[in-house]
Amino acid sequence: MTDQPISPQKEAPSATPSRMRRALDSDFYYAFRHSPVAMVSAVVSIVLILSAVFAPLIAPYNPFDPTSLNLMNGFTPPTEPNAFTGETFLMGTDDQGRDVFSTILYGMRISLFVGFAAVLFAVVLGILLGLIAGYFGGWVDSFIMRAADVQLTFPSILVAMLIFGIAKGITPVEHRDQMAIWVLILAIGLSDWVQFARVVRGATLVEKNKDYVSAARLIGRRPSAIMLRHILPNILSPVLVIATISLALAIIAEATLSFLGVGAPPTQPSLGTLIRIGQGYLFSGEWWILFFPACTLLALALSVNMLGDWLRDVLNPRLK
Amino acid sequence: MLPFILKRVFQSILVLVITGAIAFSMFTFVGDPIDNMLGQERTMEDVERLRAQLGLDKPIPVQYFKFLNEAAQGNFGVSYRQGREVSEIIMERAPATLELAALSAIFAIVMGIALGVFTAIRRDGFAAHFIMSASLIGVSLPTFLIGILLIYMFSVELGWLPSFGRGEVVEIGGWTTGFLTESGRKALILPAITLGLYQMTLIMRLVRSEMLEVLRQDYIRFARARGLSERVINFRHALKNTMVPVITVIGLQLGAIIAFAIITETVFQWPGLGLLFINAIQFVDIPVMAAYLMMISVMFVVINLLVDILYAFIDPRLRVSAK
Repeated sequence: MTDQPISPQKEAPSATPSRMRRALDSDFYYAFRHSPVAMVSAVVSIVLILSAVFAPLIAPYNPFDPTSLNLMNGFTPPTEPNAFTGETFLMGTDDQGRDVFSTILYGMRISLFVGFAAVLFAVVLGILLGLIAGYFGGWVDSFIMRAADVQLTFPSILVAMLIFGIAKGITPVEHRDQMAIWVLILAIGLSDWVQFARVVRGATLVEKNKDYVSAARLIGRRPSAIMLRHILPNILSPVLVIATISLALAIIAEATLSFLGVGAPPTQPSLGTLIRIGQGYLFSGEWWILFFPACTLLALALSVNMLGDWLRDVLNPRLK
Repeated sequence: MLPFILKRVFQSILVLVITGAIAFSMFTFVGDPIDNMLGQERTMEDVERLRAQLGLDKPIPVQYFKFLNEAAQGNFGVSYRQGREVSEIIMERAPATLELAALSAIFAIVMGIALGVFTAIRRDGFAAHFIMSASLIGVSLPTFLIGILLIYMFSVELGWLPSFGRGEVVEIGGWTTGFLTESGRKALILPAITLGLYQMTLIMRLVRSEMLEVLRQDYIRFARARGLSERVINFRHALKNTMVPVITVIGLQLGAIIAFAIITETVFQWPGLGLLFINAIQFVDIPVMAAYLMMISVMFVVINLLVDILYAFIDPRLRVSAK
């Protein structure tokens, strides 16, 4: 990385101490500009994320507003006018006459929200437990890492299903549909914290013996301050890399759970729920109800995944 | 060697104790099964009678002891939803999942090793490049989309293979098998490929990278210098030495196959344990969930233990360091 040419205008003079940082950034930018895969997947991810965020502005219909629905529009093929109403829809309509394009935009919102929230939850939990395990050591460390080992014995999708099932049992029947999204976030997040805890613990073990930590300890800073203010900023880059790859996996996990019927309810359909609904129409020839949500899910998961892989190669090749 | 095995056995028991505690707390603290079993129109007598019948009126320690005792005998009580013995339902469903998992595992191992060796030997060929790129897509596709894709191609468009169920099954002494009828065999193909595809690509990529590593070694060059045929070099000298990590991964993936069967069974409406588990989650059928959890954790723990022990036997270095 060090002998890579850095274009002169990127090394803009700066009086602040962040000059080092800027040089690093421009290295990063250079690597980005020279990787077509990274650029394409970044563009696709950003376009998809933005269109999910601005779904209410982009979507031609509000699929959750019963007044805008017309059952006569049901099963309209893409781009063809409906036989009864003459309306046309870019990606056709589903059984209830909802515009598939609009449901995808709204569905992607839920998929992305669950994905981001679950990863955030896993990152925070993993960082806290990893810092505590690595910094304090002893029985706290053994306890946390044994728990992580036990959880790693099982595939994370199974853990997520189980947590979802238990949480569903705890929530009262009348709130289950509203709580489903939060339960989903909890389930996916809890199934995913282990890898963050492991990486953070490993990095903490290295960092805590360095001089700056000893110095901080010497001037009497509290352990929580040393962990969060001193050690944490120095170990964030591998966490960021794993988080990006985790986001793609969380989106797929969410889609899988929703597809299996143990995730987002039909009243708040995510991409997985839409695919579940669409699968029912595969045999009767209404392919578009399944096809477009499936393609969107693929594009989203693939682009985020490739971005994560690229980040890993650039920021921390050792994680490979 | 012995301390190593003992340590691993102890860890395995620990895992089982923890999952047992989770399973029990599900029974005790999650939801009210009475709510799930009786509808809106129930009388207080109904509730009390059912509560006593299920043993839910006893204190928690008594329930816990009863649970441990019963679970050890493979008895998880009565399914809240189906009103039948859980052990009976599981015995009925198990053959479907085991047959599917076995076939997928064989598919994954045979195809994975064969393609792995092929792509390593012909590493610059067009076919090898094509297989490698295809495997990359295979790894990134979610399992359920692969299943749907296969259904679309082979059931909807071509109409060759059935898209759901096990077809006709033959019962032999309490075990139902789909291998003996044509419709049963046909019904197995798509689910087995769907389930095994991910594991196949994993094994293939691993075999390939291990092979490439081994083929660079001096003893391979030496074997070539001795004038041995390519076939002998590739299979007797190279492949054999790639097997240690491959066996580990295969062992660990066997457990994953059972777990991922949940997804495949849902896509293909395969009447196995995975579908049972998913339905149990949807209806919060705690006894079935707990039984499945215990069963799968025993399976995972045993597989992990066996792989570790096997590993120590295959790789002498591990044996020495464990002493």
